[in-house]
Amino acid sequence: MLETATVPVSSWARSWGRVRRSRSACVAAAGLGAIALLAAVGPMWSGFPYDKLDWQHLAAAPFATAHWLGTDRLGRDLYVRTLYGVRLSLAIGLTATAISVVIGVAWGATAGFLGGRVDGAMMRIVDVLNALPYLFLVIALTALFGRGNLYVLFLAIGAVGWITMARIVRGQAVSLRHRAFLEAAVASGAATPRILTRHVVPNVLGPVVVYAALTIPQMILFESFLSFLGLGVQEPLASLGTLVRDGAEQMGSAPWLLIVPASVLVVLLLGFNLLGDGLRDALDPRDA
Amino acid sequence: MMLAYALRRSAAFIPTLFLIVTVSFFVIRLAPGGPFEAEQGLPPEVKANLRAAYGLDQPLIVQYGRYVRGLLHGELGPSLRMRDISVSELIARGFPVSATLGAAAVAVALLAGIPLGIGAALRRHSLLDHLATAFAVAGLALPSFVIGPLLALVLGVHLHWFAVAGWQLDLSHLVLPVLTLALPVVAYVARLTRGSLLETLRADFVRTARAKGLSERQVIVRHALRPALLPVVSYLGPAVAAIVTGSLVVESVFGLPGTGRYLVQGAIDRDYPLVMGMVILYGTLTLVANLAADLLYGWLDPRVRHA
Repeated sequence: MLETATVPVSSWARSWGRVRRSRSACVAAAGLGAIALLAAVGPMWSGFPYDKLDWQHLAAAPFATAHWLGTDRLGRDLYVRTLYGVRLSLAIGLTATAISVVIGVAWGATAGFLGGRVDGAMMRIVDVLNALPYLFLVIALTALFGRGNLYVLFLAIGAVGWITMARIVRGQAVSLRHRAFLEAAVASGAATPRILTRHVVPNVLGPVVVYAALTIPQMILFESFLSFLGLGVQEPLASLGTLVRDGAEQMGSAPWLLIVPASVLVVLLLGFNLLGDGLRDALDPRDA
Repeated sequence: MMLAYALRRSAAFIPTLFLIVTVSFFVIRLAPGGPFEAEQGLPPEVKANLRAAYGLDQPLIVQYGRYVRGLLHGELGPSLRMRDISVSELIARGFPVSATLGAAAVAVALLAGIPLGIGAALRRHSLLDHLATAFAVAGLALPSFVIGPLLALVLGVHLHWFAVAGWQLDLSHLVLPVLTLALPVVAYVARLTRGSLLETLRADFVRTARAKGLSERQVIVRHALRPALLPVVSYLGPAVAAIVTGSLVVESVFGLPGTGRYLVQGAIDRDYPLVMGMVILYGTLTLVANLAADLLYGWLDPRVRHA
C-alpha cells in the first residue's frame, strides 16, 4: 500500500509484477515448463517405445547401455517410461483441477450470490460431502469401477477437489453481495446468470487462481497414490505411482528404478507447490 | 456452555455415519461383477447357492435392511472371500497394528512439529527457521509412498539401522513406518505453528503483556501460545485422515499386517461386507478426529462456543 504509483496500473498487472519478482515462483515455472517440454518431445529422442521389452538388457543400470536411464526388470526403457508418467501426471493434474474449478466456482458463486435458503441448502450439501471419508470412498470406487479406466480415474480425482474451491468462492461471493457495482447490476435488471458470469466470477478469480495452482500438485499426488496402490493406471502404461511401486520392490538390487521416478515426482510436486505459494503471495498479500 | 456446545457438535455424528453407511452400501453394489465371479472352476449352480447362502439374491433394499439391522447389533457380517471369518475378526486382527502406528505417528508429529514451529517463529531468519521452512516445503512434496521406500533404501538396506519389513513391537521395526507416516504431518504442523505464532506475536494483547513488564518467556507461554495453537488443533482432524490414508501405503511398503490392505483388496474382490466394514471403520475414525478437534477448539477458544 506504500507504493506511490504515478501511472495507474490494474491490480492484475500489479500482481503479475509481484509474481515475476518472486524468485522461487519463476524458477519453479521455468523448471515446470522445461519438464513439460521434455515430457512432450523427450520420448521421441530416445528411440525406445515405452512398452517394448528388451530381453538383452533386463534391469540394466543407467548409462550402461543404449537405454539412458537403464531399464526395468522386463527390459523396458526407464527414461521413456518416466516421461510417460510425467505426461500422465500433468494431464491428470490439469484436467482434474479444471473439473474442480468449474464445479467449485459455479457452485460457490451461485450459493454466495443468491444467499438465503439456496445458499443454506447448497452449503449444507458441501458440509455433508466434506464430512464423508472421501478418500476411502474414492479408493473403494476406483477399485470397484475403474481399475485401468482412465476416465473414471480423472472423474474420481476431479470430484474430490471442488469442495474446498466451492467454499472459498462462496466466501468471496458473499462479501461481494452488497457492493455497489453488484447492486447496480441487480437494479438495472440484469439476469442472474449474466450477473454471475460478468460480475461475480471475475471478481473472485484471484483466490481461485491461487487455490487452483495448489490443487494441481494435490491431484498429481492423488493419482500417483492410487496408481501406487494398484488402483490407477494399469500395465503396460506407466504412471509415476506405478513406477515408484515397482522400483520399491527391487530397491535392493536396482535402486535407480526407485530413485529416478521418485525424484521426478518430488521435483514436479515441489515445482507446483512453489509456484502456488508464489502466486498466493502475489495475489493475496494479506497472507504473505 | 461447554456442555451445550459439545452436544450441539456431537449431534451430527450419528446421522453422518448413517449417511456414509447408506451411500457406500448402494454405490458399492452399483459396481459390475460380484464376489464369486472370479472364482475358477465353480459350476454356476454352486455360485447361485453361494449367493443365496449370503442373501445376495435378495432385492437390494432387503439386503440393506438386513445389513443395517446387523449393524445395530454390532455385526459387520462375514467376509465373502475369506471363508469362516467375520469382518469384525479381521478388523480385530489388523486394527491394533494400524492403531499403534497411527497413534505413534500423531504423537511424533505433535511433539516434533510444534517445538520446531515455535523455534522457527522465535528465531526468525535464523538457520533453524530456514531449515524448518525447507523441511516444510519438502514435506509437501514428499508423499509417504516416496519417503517410505527411500527411507527403507537408505536407513534399512544400506545402513542396516532399522528393519525394512515385518511387524514386531520393538524400536527397530517401528521407526521407519512411524517416521514415514509422521514426516509430512510434522512438516505441516511446524509450518502452521510458525505462521500462526508469528501472527499472534503481532497482536495487541501480546503488546499489552510485554508492556506490563512480563518476561518474553511468560509472554509466549502464558499468552501467545494458546491462541497460536488453534490452527494446529483444527488441523488435527485432517491430520488423522492423512495418517490413516498414509497407513494404507506404509502397511504395503513395509509389509505390516494392519487393516489397510483390506480396503483395497476387499474392493477388488467385491467382498462387500469387508469394504463396508473398512469404510465404517475409517469413517468413524475421521468423524471422531474431527469431533475431537472441534471440542478441543471450543475449549481453547470460548468465542466459537457462543457462535
